[in-house]
Amino acid sequence: MSAVTIHDAEADARISLRGHLRHTGALIRRNLLWIRKDPESMADALLMPVIFTLLFVFVFGGSIGQALGGGQDRYVQYVIPGMIAMMSMTLSQGVGTGFSQDFNSGVMDRFRSLPIGRGSVLFAKISVELLRMLFATAVLMIVAVAVGFEITNWPGLLATVALSTAFASSIMWVFLTLGVILKNAQSVQAMGFLVLFPLQFGSSIFAPTTSMPGWLQAFTDYNPLSTLADAARGLMVGGPVAHDLWVTLGWSVAITAVMAPVAIHKFRTKS
Amino acid sequence: MTRIDKNTGGAAVTVRGLVKHYGETKALDGVDLDVREGTVMGVLGPNGAGKTTLVRILSTLLKSDSGQATVAGYDVVRQPRQLRRVIGLTGQYASVDEKLSGWENLYMIGRLLDLPRKDARGRADELLERFSLTEAAKRPAATYSGGMRRRLDLAASMIGRPAVLFLDEPTTGLDPRTRNEVWDEVKRMVGDGVTVLLTTQYMEEAEQLASELTVVDRGQVIAGGAIEELKAKVGGRALRIRPADPAHLRPLAVALDELGITGLATTTVDTDRGDVLVPILSDEQLTAVVGAVTARGITLSSLTTELPSLDEVFLSLTGHRASAPQDAVPAEDLQEAAV
Repeated sequence: MSAVTIHDAEADARISLRGHLRHTGALIRRNLLWIRKDPESMADALLMPVIFTLLFVFVFGGSIGQALGGGQDRYVQYVIPGMIAMMSMTLSQGVGTGFSQDFNSGVMDRFRSLPIGRGSVLFAKISVELLRMLFATAVLMIVAVAVGFEITNWPGLLATVALSTAFASSIMWVFLTLGVILKNAQSVQAMGFLVLFPLQFGSSIFAPTTSMPGWLQAFTDYNPLSTLADAARGLMVGGPVAHDLWVTLGWSVAITAVMAPVAIHKFRTKS
Repeated sequence: MTRIDKNTGGAAVTVRGLVKHYGETKALDGVDLDVREGTVMGVLGPNGAGKTTLVRILSTLLKSDSGQATVAGYDVVRQPRQLRRVIGLTGQYASVDEKLSGWENLYMIGRLLDLPRKDARGRADELLERFSLTEAAKRPAATYSGGMRRRLDLAASMIGRPAVLFLDEPTTGLDPRTRNEVWDEVKRMVGDGVTVLLTTQYMEEAEQLASELTVVDRGQVIAGGAIEELKAKVGGRALRIRPADPAHLRPLAVALDELGITGLATTTVDTDRGDVLVPILSDEQLTAVVGAVTARGITLSSLTTELPSLDEVFLSLTGHRASAPQDAVPAEDLQEAAV
């Protein structure tokens, strides 16, 4: 207590861009350490693409493939791009449950009592979950090739991954908000499934929507998971892209514009 | 060490008319408080008195409904970031990451406090050493014992060399030996000149660590001042006297009454336990009590001195007992307890 420092209040209040990056980096490191210490936490990212691909290709692949005018091989080409869309949504949920745990363990109060931007905590969480998602996508593509998917268009694949990453980063704000406002990880997961299920199955991910009743088609046509899946098909396998691409990007921007401020506000004011 | 601005008139923490409601419940109902720089203020009160709410508002985790508070000269509402830079927080809630090791926790917090990598590493090593955690440095915090966890919590609060440290019930749930360890650490921190605001449910803890005391109950300050004054008010110690023959309880109470030392606080006769609790202020009074008992020829089966419990402090300050030791006390229980 010997040195007298007169605080420059204004300078203390500002956090530089480098400061934000440093804080976000330290928090990303924390989440990566979690994965290193507990590799089992990656089980969902590893198993989900494997199980879903095998399940859909071998259980439904034959009959849906016939309806598409081919066989199982035809269905593989159809469903794999859709799976990328599904991964982006399902794995996004992790941000919510992880956040809820942080609040309940008290570590979030420690972070919130430190002089860091509140956004750093949110961005770090999103970054790590996006990495997990990319890992799951890589696993998915390996399984896809194993069951006969042909990667003919590498730039298209990369564009698909970029698009699904953009969409995932927007949907994560929704799950972050749930993670902040709901009491525990279980309710976040339960609520997450309520959001997830209709969006996933009421979409063109697993089967073409043409045989669905009109009211459902109206929903599936503008369901961002349908447009993401269709855009992915266009980019990876071939076919029209532009409309689905723009609708998906529109959804991503709109969801982020609405939910990011809500999540940050809820995070700031949570007591 | 971060030094508190000169323009605060020596007050490290000032609280004026702080109010916080949770729905119908008034967690804080107009609290005033001053903590002078370099001192330890104990905030004593039962569960549900509003202690944690107070600390959460002062550490910017919670917004008050009305009233003002400053810490190290910074307003909790208008200057939260500057304020966060000069505080440390250890409590029932502000915790460490259990999956990370002790070292990783401290390093992370160092980086979040803008220490360069090298300094963050050095500071983590230094604090682990100081809090006797070097051997456990690489183990996940989840494997630590209760006492080690609290020490790691304290170390985490010290990384930024805070000017003001908030300790929210730092020893609740610890066994007596571990509690003593934590007390020793807190005393060392105080020795370094940190201003401390400590909440506790135990008179003994307040006496060990604090120089001044604020007693809160149901969101209001019901007493405050130097700890010696308050102890005098409630009786510095309490003498529990049990006559061998329960029939002697009444004559004993009369004898003590005649001594005239019961005026300072309440002497309580507990017919169920078959003993009398007398607040005393000095060794002379202790001797006088023993003399009076001997003069009456009353045989005693036990005679013990104890520090007044929170309950007794409350009883003598407010005339009612402290609320039941639960987090949320239903209103009926409060009334019952107050009878």
